[in-house]
Amino acid sequence: MWKRDESVKPATPPAPAPAAPAAPAVSVPPAASSERRPQHMGENVNIGKSVIIKGELSGSEDLTIEGHVEGRIELKENILTIGPNGKIRAEVFAKSVIVLGEVTGNVTASEKVDIRDNGSVDGDITSPRVAIAEGAHFRGSVDMQRAGAKPAAKAAAPAAQAAPAAAAPAQGQKVGA
Amino acid sequence: MAESARSLTDLFGMLGNRRAAEARPAAESAPAPAPEVSHPTKALQKFLGCLQNRERPVLVDLGPVVGSNVNFFGEQLGCRIRVEDIASDIETHLKGGKADQLPAFFAKRFTQPPGSVDGILCWDVFDYLDKAAAQTLASALITLLKPDGVLLGFFSTAEVREPLYTKYVVVDPLHLKYRTYPASRPRQRALLNGDIIRMFGGLRVSDSFLMKSHVREMLFRKNPT
Repeated sequence: MWKRDESVKPATPPAPAPAAPAAPAVSVPPAASSERRPQHMGENVNIGKSVIIKGELSGSEDLTIEGHVEGRIELKENILTIGPNGKIRAEVFAKSVIVLGEVTGNVTASEKVDIRDNGSVDGDITSPRVAIAEGAHFRGSVDMQRAGAKPAAKAAAPAAQAAPAAAAPAQGQKVGA
Repeated sequence: MAESARSLTDLFGMLGNRRAAEARPAAESAPAPAPEVSHPTKALQKFLGCLQNRERPVLVDLGPVVGSNVNFFGEQLGCRIRVEDIASDIETHLKGGKADQLPAFFAKRFTQPPGSVDGILCWDVFDYLDKAAAQTLASALITLLKPDGVLLGFFSTAEVREPLYTKYVVVDPLHLKYRTYPASRPRQRALLNGDIIRMFGGLRVSDSFLMKSHVREMLFRKNPT
């Protein structure tokens, strides 16, 4: 009885133990930190919630906007993050654009546009890569034209043409001509 | 003695935890959503085939925005894709009690110049419209299409009374996932083949497939001029 009890005892304390190392991470949620500070850049300027800018905004540092901007934003070599509280009514040009707030206007990025969950874009997007999360709102057009690139499917077309014959399911009976 | 009592309590406590832990997976598994199933499609590949040889085709997607679809069509066709979520238009009108204004709305809905669009993905939006609204929308789409343009439509062959819209998520040119989300009203009616052909009077039916998923997939082409 005692022996069994002793062997069991050590099993109980370790339960809360793993929680201890996790505690310090709570101060800054990892998702929020990665959203606010794009990973690879040292410098990141933040425009706070209460700031309203009307006009042209340009620079050579990564920028996070939590306030309101109307006009034009140009960060051609840098990452622009529209925070959850950010409201933009502007033409946007940047290397990458991450949207967690609201953007009304056309967005042009030389690398990527990423509309995250609850992010909203009302305008046309031009970028070689576009990611739109499930809960995001988007209304407009997407132009993913890469400079000098040919559509990938042209090379794959013969394979795609051959596929239906091989994979032809029993269903899908053709009923029209 | 007190120590032995505490130890026993710990032991029973552990047993209790173990029971709870055993019970948890069952409880968690109960409400788990059914895994998404890929449904075969035949018309999508034909649709892609019609557009693949065009230089930077312009595509209009009438379904709700699906990020992976935007990437798929962008990469497959090198196209410019415009998302025009008709389901959200229907919802706005229904919630505002303006369903009767949908035909007038669709007549002015599209801002693109006539004959400027290479391909239109209608998915199943026509199932959710009454006859007048469906006809107006079809006419607007016919006007939008370029000569030799192509239109893909899905039409349910079963009477479905559940108020749900479907997002069609492209897995590959031969498979789609059907992802449902709530709607204010169910599909209006199962359109007959003849009704569909009459509705798209300015186009010819290039292919029509009746799928096991109770969906009629139809591909329409505008005559080259």
